[in-house]
Amino acid sequence: MTEGGGHGERWFDHDAGPVVRPYALTKGRTLSDSSVSFGLIDVVVATGGRQSEYFRLGPEHRRILSICRRPVPVVDLTSEIDLPLGVVRVLLGDLTSEGLLRVVSAQRQPVPDQRLLRMVLDGLQSL
Amino acid sequence: MDSSPYDGGSGGTDVPSTAKILVAGGFGVGKTTLVSAISEIRPLRTEEPMSERSVGVDDTADVRAKTTTTVAMDFGRISFKSQLVLYLFGTPGQERFWFMWDDLSLGAIGAVVLADTRRVGDCFASIDYFERNGVPFVVAVNCFDGAPRFDPEDIRIAMALSPEVPVVLCDARDRDSVRSVLVNLVRYVMANKGHASAGAR
Repeated sequence: MTEGGGHGERWFDHDAGPVVRPYALTKGRTLSDSSVSFGLIDVVVATGGRQSEYFRLGPEHRRILSICRRPVPVVDLTSEIDLPLGVVRVLLGDLTSEGLLRVVSAQRQPVPDQRLLRMVLDGLQSL
Repeated sequence: MDSSPYDGGSGGTDVPSTAKILVAGGFGVGKTTLVSAISEIRPLRTEEPMSERSVGVDDTADVRAKTTTTVAMDFGRISFKSQLVLYLFGTPGQERFWFMWDDLSLGAIGAVVLADTRRVGDCFASIDYFERNGVPFVVAVNCFDGAPRFDPEDIRIAMALSPEVPVVLCDARDRDSVRSVLVNLVRYVMANKGHASAGAR
């Protein structure tokens, strides 16, 4: 809408953030249509399946799928593609609904189980 | 939800186990420093230079040399040989980002509340939050240069902490010191769980 105000300054630099407003990438959706939730440390991985003919992959969907050829935690994915978490969650929901992506949830009990705690403790002590 | 082992398919890599620990505390107390000290990656963060407006909001009168404030998610990572990845999340220091805390604390092992003895009150908000939400935490007192040293027990009293909450002194810049804080937290959680929900399995 605005044209930079005619000061001749580049306002659309890195500090200014993306030129396309984040939720434009999700067609304005701020919540995923899918019932699957994506925790920060849940791991997502591409299934290698094919999308249905009714589903159009956007460039961001493709980027996500390409990164998810290997299992990757949501938080790493988010920082790698440099999009807000909320946007990434909507896009992940699209891909999961299409069967293109699978989510392996991290432990969600109030507190992780003793086995995981023991692994963390051993890991820290071996640093 | 889906806990079946990874079935091969594309990539052929195993799905790592993941865990997370939160790092909370007042603004400028050294959360990012603590995460940096032990993380294998430079903590990923979004920082904005302090504007005049946020100076008022953040109350930095006593905090010299702190010129930026963390306004977004800030995390570090430690990968272990056992296919386990531990994430450290710095909780947003300002109250206008409280909405992110629920997301961060869901499924967390627990939290480290980093405290500065010059401004003990700054971490009350985090302590309240963790107590209310049943997130186990340890208090780590960051021994800044020039900050007065206190006995951990005096700090416990000043903060009105329950007797079982560990209070430890640390240097947020020092890897071994940070590691020892995290070990303390995990041990505390393991012991606590035995008390709270023995026989749950």
